[in-house]
Amino acid sequence: MEGDRRSRILGGMSGDARSVTIALVSTLVFFTALGFVVTNAPGWPEVKSAFFDPTVFRDSFPEVLRAFWRNIKIFCIAEVLILVFALLIAVLRSLPGPVFFPLRALTIVYTDVLRGIPTVLMIFILGFGAPALAISWLPRDPIFWAVVALVLVYSAYVAEVYRAGIESVHPSQDAAARSLGLTRGQSLRHVVVPQAVRRVVPPLLNDFIGLQKDTALVALIGPIETFRQAQIDTAATFNFTPYTAAAVVFVLFTIPLARLTDWLNERSRRRRAAAGIAA
Amino acid sequence: MRRVQIPLTLLVLLLALVASACGSTNEASDTQTTAAPGTQSTAADPCAKDQLELVNDGTLTIGTDNPAYPPWFGGTPQGQWKISDPESGKGFESAVAYAVAEQLGFAKDEVEWTVVPFNNSFKPGPKDFDFDINQISFTPKRAQVVDFSDSYYDVNQSVVALNSSKIAGATSLADLKDAKLGAPVGTTSYDYITQNIQPSEEPQVYDTLDAGVAALKAKQIDGLVVDLPTAFFITAAQIEDSKIVGQFPTIGTQEHFGMVLQKDSPLTDCVNQALAALKADGTLDQIQQTWLSDKASAPVLQ
Repeated sequence: MEGDRRSRILGGMSGDARSVTIALVSTLVFFTALGFVVTNAPGWPEVKSAFFDPTVFRDSFPEVLRAFWRNIKIFCIAEVLILVFALLIAVLRSLPGPVFFPLRALTIVYTDVLRGIPTVLMIFILGFGAPALAISWLPRDPIFWAVVALVLVYSAYVAEVYRAGIESVHPSQDAAARSLGLTRGQSLRHVVVPQAVRRVVPPLLNDFIGLQKDTALVALIGPIETFRQAQIDTAATFNFTPYTAAAVVFVLFTIPLARLTDWLNERSRRRRAAAGIAA
Repeated sequence: MRRVQIPLTLLVLLLALVASACGSTNEASDTQTTAAPGTQSTAADPCAKDQLELVNDGTLTIGTDNPAYPPWFGGTPQGQWKISDPESGKGFESAVAYAVAEQLGFAKDEVEWTVVPFNNSFKPGPKDFDFDINQISFTPKRAQVVDFSDSYYDVNQSVVALNSSKIAGATSLADLKDAKLGAPVGTTSYDYITQNIQPSEEPQVYDTLDAGVAALKAKQIDGLVVDLPTAFFITAAQIEDSKIVGQFPTIGTQEHFGMVLQKDSPLTDCVNQALAALKADGTLDQIQQTWLSDKASAPVLQ
């Protein structure tokens, strides 16, 4: 089990010196060959100046980075709301008994429909449609409606992740809690949900990396965020390098999140192993 | 043994890839050398129809975006085209395109229209159109990447608002300082807002004209900045109770639309010659009278 973590990167090898060498050489050859093929292609100079122009990059990067602040704000607000709203949906869906059937049915319809609707449409419908209703007390701000759209769509996905977590908690846990005199609600609150949430943290973070990129869809209804700023700069210069700048910004933000996900994954795996629970 | 086999297979595949890539590079240079004599042996007029280097032989392929909006394009949409039909010859840009084609010696049925979204007009690599006519404004930066023809229309920007809007009575650029303005993305309309109006509120930007119109209707913006002919189309056909608040004065150099061609295309000179002929004999003026005449005047904001 010792070499387990390393072996995943090295492709199922036992980790002796020979396989490490082969892995290194193979990697080196692969990237050298790829680099050779790309940079020797007849159109490479043109592609290089269209996507990797240093002057355009320098001009565009600060603007793109400034616009990224808007993505971060949308992301943070939406994320908190999604965590709460999705948990509510998941809990409603896991309520037992015929009495709660209408609620369960409602949550099933919700997750089915909202996962099917393209996020783009939700943003247009709410961003342009809701303010056009001309209801005086309804906000008109496009960012407000974009956040609502993202929360509605992502909650459907995240609710399913929560549900998987809740269902993965063995029924004996609930039974034990109930036998100790906890009500159904208390059992859910203190026994089932805490275990469920801990188990689904890695897939949750995965969804949030997706959400972080989808904040760019907000641009469809007006606000200038990273992607849109890159588009504006691209149209001004007829050069696609600003998109490369936007990609760098997004990746710089995503990598720590991805590392955190892996680390949490690893930690929960070790804990489960230590506690002797089959993973 | 498996652990050795996998990297080895990978190696073999890679070598094959490199080999095939080298092969294709050679082929490309071969075709270039064979093509070269053809272009050099032009003792005749380089703009003669049979001397032109075209995307498709014998056909002039003209690009524009879909939907094709009035007053730039007219007619009833057919096939893939929406809102208007570039093949109709109706509308300003369609008429100009066919007039240029005629100057170059192409009959109407030798002209082929193709959909070219804005981004595709300047993507790297070979173009799939001979020229693109899509209300694209010339700027020196853009001209580093593509060829622009000479001007076929000198354009002014303008602002459209609902009659009920707070800027409906604006008479100067200063009156727009506190307005929330919007513009289609990638346009010089947006540049005009940020460079010349500099409003206190950040402008909103939309993918398409329709999205901007929707935002104006939903009162998310006070005014939509577009070129003047488009403003006439919006107020006449797209939004009731809306008006052109005014057109903007030219600040700096006069903005103009040019056709977009492959960088260093030999066709650019020929298109310019055609445009010069159309200007000299009054055809271009006439086309403008026909399609844009009622759209010439709007109060100028000071």
